[in-house]
Amino acid sequence: MNTTTAPLVPALEVKDLQKSFGAICAADNINITLPSGARHALIGPNGAGKTTLINLITGALRPSGGKVILGGEEITSLSQAGRTRRGMARTFQVNQLFRGLTVLENVYLSIGERTSACNGLWRSAGREAAVIDEALDHLQSLELVADACKPVRELPYGRQRLVEIAIALAQRPRLLLLDEPAAGVPSSESHLILDAIAKLDSNITVLIIEHDMDVVFRLADRITVLVAGRVLTEGTPQEISADDRVRSVYLGERREVGRG
Amino acid sequence: MDANKSSSISSTNAVARARAADLLARRDRYRIVEALPWIAAIAAYFAFPNQMVLGSQTLILILFALSLDLILGYAGIVTLGHAAYFGVGAYAAALLITDVGWSEPISGLVCAAVVSAIAGFLSGLILLRYRGLTLLVLTLSTTIMLQQLGNLFRDFTGGYDGIPNLNIAPLFGYFDYDLYGHTYYLYCLAVLLVSFCVMRRIVYSPFGQALVGIRENVARMHAIGSPVHWRLVVAYAISAGLAGIAGALFAQTNTLVTLGVFDFDQSAAVLMMLILGGAGWLYGAFVGAALYMVLQNELAKISPPFWQFGIGLLLVAVVLLTRRGAFARLAKIDQHLP
Repeated sequence: MNTTTAPLVPALEVKDLQKSFGAICAADNINITLPSGARHALIGPNGAGKTTLINLITGALRPSGGKVILGGEEITSLSQAGRTRRGMARTFQVNQLFRGLTVLENVYLSIGERTSACNGLWRSAGREAAVIDEALDHLQSLELVADACKPVRELPYGRQRLVEIAIALAQRPRLLLLDEPAAGVPSSESHLILDAIAKLDSNITVLIIEHDMDVVFRLADRITVLVAGRVLTEGTPQEISADDRVRSVYLGERREVGRG
Repeated sequence: MDANKSSSISSTNAVARARAADLLARRDRYRIVEALPWIAAIAAYFAFPNQMVLGSQTLILILFALSLDLILGYAGIVTLGHAAYFGVGAYAAALLITDVGWSEPISGLVCAAVVSAIAGFLSGLILLRYRGLTLLVLTLSTTIMLQQLGNLFRDFTGGYDGIPNLNIAPLFGYFDYDLYGHTYYLYCLAVLLVSFCVMRRIVYSPFGQALVGIRENVARMHAIGSPVHWRLVVAYAISAGLAGIAGALFAQTNTLVTLGVFDFDQSAAVLMMLILGGAGWLYGAFVGAALYMVLQNELAKISPPFWQFGIGLLLVAVVLLTRRGAFARLAKIDQHLP
């Protein structure tokens, strides 16, 4: 790759993105650019529109205006599945798992859909050695192999949260959107999730919504602060933590919530 | 010491990996108990030689319920119009005999399967864009419209009088049909066996796994790039094709087909059978349809209202008592509505 002459295409560009639900403006002219390999955090008080923004980027919601550009290609009109096939994967704030299926089957499905193995209706699912092997690799890197044959619904919440991430990673994404990956996970287990994120290949661009400021400061190289559907400011963790406006609308509020 | 520890971790991992892969690979091995329904069916052939007409009808309904299981039990799509494809298959088989003059039964089944699968595919393209109550109403009204379409083209379909005296050629050009329905019974059993093996293969395929994924969490399926609509349309077409085979068998063995095949009762009955036996495990169709037919036969001997009341009571009991079974599954489907 000749990086000196080719202009670097951002992994993700969000341009003037708008979404209103009736009179409520959940996303108001949002602009964010993520260079390839970025570790970008999205923070803001409850109801700021963080999850809405992720839903707009992934296509779960249709924007009222604006553009989403993935690796230089405009994808605003693509379906969720179409965007996923172009290298975008996400996790959900509330687990979205195949609860009755085993951990292995959950990750199997993700790989099977990515590789189109799931188009096969005249083969045995259990004999797709390549899919199974890769699924087990993902489980191994998240220390889930011992639970591979257990139905997901029988796992403790923290382990389920790992499966949530395993399904997304099994998409081999270029862009990974993490919606509060460690939410609801006991601190004794959250290090597993944070380690997994920290270990991600540096080619993968990551956008993470997170409330825990320690986590944000540890993982992110840039932070966007969202308030009431608008970008309040963007900067490095140092800049954001020194910003008085951010303190007043966000950090201060969190502190009160945290101690109250 | 560190090296020791990591090598013991990697060996436990290797064992766990092998075990997990093995469990998945073994999932679709045939188990000995699975021979039971077939042994029972053959035993019934010898034990109740005078009940072969009832027996054939039961086998046909098992196949019909089995076809519904693919979309209801596996993909989690609730429909009230499955009789549409049973009916299309029945009429395809009948018209092939009367209007084309082709009376070989097995090619008749294949033809019916193709026609009803195409009907399922085309209607599925539109119907499966919807879920829940909308889909219930749409499938219900599609079936009613088909019935009335049949009534409109009465020259062709014979209207509510139907098409009588369907004479099918002897099986393999050799086995003719006796008055007691022995040939029909074995014919139906063979067709059911083949259809079952096809269905079982699909259910345990990667495609079948994706259908279960759609049932378990359709939102996540979209998020992992699954072409959910296409998966459902394909499953719906296969299901319609199998229902069409059941309908064709029904027309061939009764040597008659009427617009009654499109009755709402048919769609409702097949749904009841599947719920009775349990959706989503292949054998629910066998248990449900057999139970339904035996009860219908035995209770109706006492008195017809007794049968209606009996089946109602049984359904209430099944639905209320097996919350983790059929009912839980139906309830769960609604959680996944967009």
